[in-house]
Amino acid sequence: MSQGELVGSYIVPVHPHTVLAPEQNEGWQRLRDAFDEAAKRIKEAEADLLIIYSTTWPSIIGHQIQADPNPEWVMVDHDFHALGSIPYSFNIDAEFAHAWDQANAKRGLKSRTVNYTGFPIDVGSVVALKLLNPDNSIPAVIVSSNVYANRSETTVLAKSCLDVIKATGRKAVAVTAMSLSNRMFTTPIEPKDDKIHSLKDDEWNRKILEFLGEGRLEDVGQLSRTIHKQIRVQKVVAFKPMWWLSGMNGNRNNLTGEVLAYEAIHGAGGAVVHLDPTPSGAGDKEYDEDDVEFFSGERNVLDAEGDAPLPEPLPDQSSSSSGPALWEPTTGESSVNSEAAPKPVGMYPHARRVGDLLYLSGVGPRQPGTNAIPGGPISDDQGAPLDYDIKAQTRAVVENITRILEEAGGSIDDVLDVTSFLVDMDRDFSGYNEVWAETLGKVGPTRTTLAIRALPTPIAVEMKVIAKAPQGN
Amino acid sequence: MAQLAALFESWVSPDLHDSSADADIAPKRLACLMTQGEIVAGCLAPHPPHLVYAENPPQNEPVAEGGWEQLRWGYERLRESLKDVEYDAIVLLSPHWQTYVGTHFLGLPQFKSLSVDPVFPNLFRYHYDLNIDVDLTMKIHDKAAEAGLAVTMMENPDFRVDYGTITTGHMFNPEWDKPLVVISSNRSRDYYSVEVMQEMMIELGKVTREAILESGKKVVVLASNSLSHRHFTTESAIPEDMSKEHITSHAMHLWDMRMIEYFRTGQAQRILDEMPEFTEQAIAESDGGGLSWLLSTLDTPTYPATLHGYGTIIGTGNAIVEWPERNHTEGSQ
Repeated sequence: MSQGELVGSYIVPVHPHTVLAPEQNEGWQRLRDAFDEAAKRIKEAEADLLIIYSTTWPSIIGHQIQADPNPEWVMVDHDFHALGSIPYSFNIDAEFAHAWDQANAKRGLKSRTVNYTGFPIDVGSVVALKLLNPDNSIPAVIVSSNVYANRSETTVLAKSCLDVIKATGRKAVAVTAMSLSNRMFTTPIEPKDDKIHSLKDDEWNRKILEFLGEGRLEDVGQLSRTIHKQIRVQKVVAFKPMWWLSGMNGNRNNLTGEVLAYEAIHGAGGAVVHLDPTPSGAGDKEYDEDDVEFFSGERNVLDAEGDAPLPEPLPDQSSSSSGPALWEPTTGESSVNSEAAPKPVGMYPHARRVGDLLYLSGVGPRQPGTNAIPGGPISDDQGAPLDYDIKAQTRAVVENITRILEEAGGSIDDVLDVTSFLVDMDRDFSGYNEVWAETLGKVGPTRTTLAIRALPTPIAVEMKVIAKAPQGN
Repeated sequence: MAQLAALFESWVSPDLHDSSADADIAPKRLACLMTQGEIVAGCLAPHPPHLVYAENPPQNEPVAEGGWEQLRWGYERLRESLKDVEYDAIVLLSPHWQTYVGTHFLGLPQFKSLSVDPVFPNLFRYHYDLNIDVDLTMKIHDKAAEAGLAVTMMENPDFRVDYGTITTGHMFNPEWDKPLVVISSNRSRDYYSVEVMQEMMIELGKVTREAILESGKKVVVLASNSLSHRHFTTESAIPEDMSKEHITSHAMHLWDMRMIEYFRTGQAQRILDEMPEFTEQAIAESDGGGLSWLLSTLDTPTYPATLHGYGTIIGTGNAIVEWPERNHTEGSQ
């Protein structure tokens, strides 16, 4: 089974107008058309799982994950009941829901599954699933938004979800059901009179969408608290979904973004945005807050079971805190360095251009920013061996190569020759070879694979690459 | 006529009469007789679904081994207090029907369905069948509209009634033999401030009172909210394990006791005055407007309320309080 992945992300509005009355307002119709386009793209991506994070499903006891395989009822909105009723019958992946719940526990996060006849699926989830998955052909999972959760819980919730996606080989699409500015008109209005509640809300919405259109999702995540203060009514659930969605995308800033529609729904800002994982742009980002791998609780201040031991952390997600010091890549007239690639462990650049060729320094799987090793390190800080995933490491190596080549203005298709180094040929060659076939094998470079005793960091694979230099640079 | 006679009897009967207000009650009681409408009691009647769960009524699917007895006994005392009091309808404001586009009213004669609490579905899956006093609802709605409030009648038969309404409705009147007026919680506090919320809720309370008095009906008004409202974020393996139940912090306890002292000493105006601080600092469920509305329907009472019970539920503070308005028809002083 190949490793699972996120094949796309979408941001969609929550109010029922796009389902029940799109024809009453041109803007609502444009949002509906954008929903339909998003549904088409999800089909084309051959996604086999839709994951909905809904801001209209608040929870208190941790996060709740819908696990009724076939929830059925009729939804009526608390405010917009006069628009009509929405009968629903959804196809929920209960097995994935339970696996996600267990993965949360491994990362220290409280959650639970819910499976009760008549459970009221919230309006945001109903709208998203009705329009993005109209024929119910793609199994879905819905998760609540915990009213007390902060960035750490919400980020870890995403990482545990990714754990399950990867482990189960799913091709998943992540969806946040949310408004941008959420201030509605507090009196009934005629549909034709709908507009964003204020100029200030509109300006903030457009700035958020500018970022998202450039694929700068993590930047929006880092701005979540500011956005919440500026344009969000203090409802039960704060502006958390960008934390979750950015976590689902590896906290990246170089996604390929596209705003499919932006309109008002009773004054609130509603947008349909597509974020493709294909890297684009420079990926610069400024971190105000650290990345979080495990949730360490509320220090028992409010924990009803405060004496319960913390769960064991996931061994395959930890990164080594020791190892050689990291260097800034050296700069020179012909050097190519990327913020989106891991820092060197010595005084050298990521790549050098000589004539029509690019020579890359040896590339490993370490992640830029965090230095984490996908698939886990091969040994702990004391040198004791750990289990690790060679396929995850190999895939990360290829991604890092891609980022460096893109920084130079090229792409992975420019690779001509690769020398690969494995620390355990017997154990790892098969997995390494499988990922190679899915990635660089399709590009067609020459290849040499060597067994070596060790690499400078606790990784199992490294590649030395020669590529064509892009023309015109 | 029988009702009129009974009310007249209560007026002249010394043992049922509140002797502390002899001098000026008679004319006001007479006015009451002429208009007939009356608020017989106003109650703070919180709605955590744990209470219904612990009661094990046949309508609720989960089964409990008791729990939260202090509060359930409090509801028993409240029911006992009103056992011999005649009334025609219950007017209830629940913070779990949250509306942002004005205030809404249930506007059909009957609602029957299954209510599953989206937060505690393990505890509350209740098959309800409740009747609405549509005439009284419409009177309150119309008066509120005349006063300039944004109001809407909810007339979609598929609408599911919120669990707050059902929990308070059940705990107050398990027989469900009185029609209800159900009012949504307009979240104007979220949009503006506690002060603006309170202005709107006081206005809604005034028109609610006027409509009741003009309706000729005897009514109980219920505000369905907790006091301090900080929850624990985990749940015991046995939810009704009372060894785990306590207030979330000392500060929350102090705020709850301060409010209860005002209830018990007839200082409703101080409650309204301190509502912004209480709501913000105790994360109080008064943010939904129910308590401000309730005190306004009672014309900001200056007489002591009866505390029937206090207890915590998953860390939140809850008080069951009755203002026996039937004994104090003089209202504001």
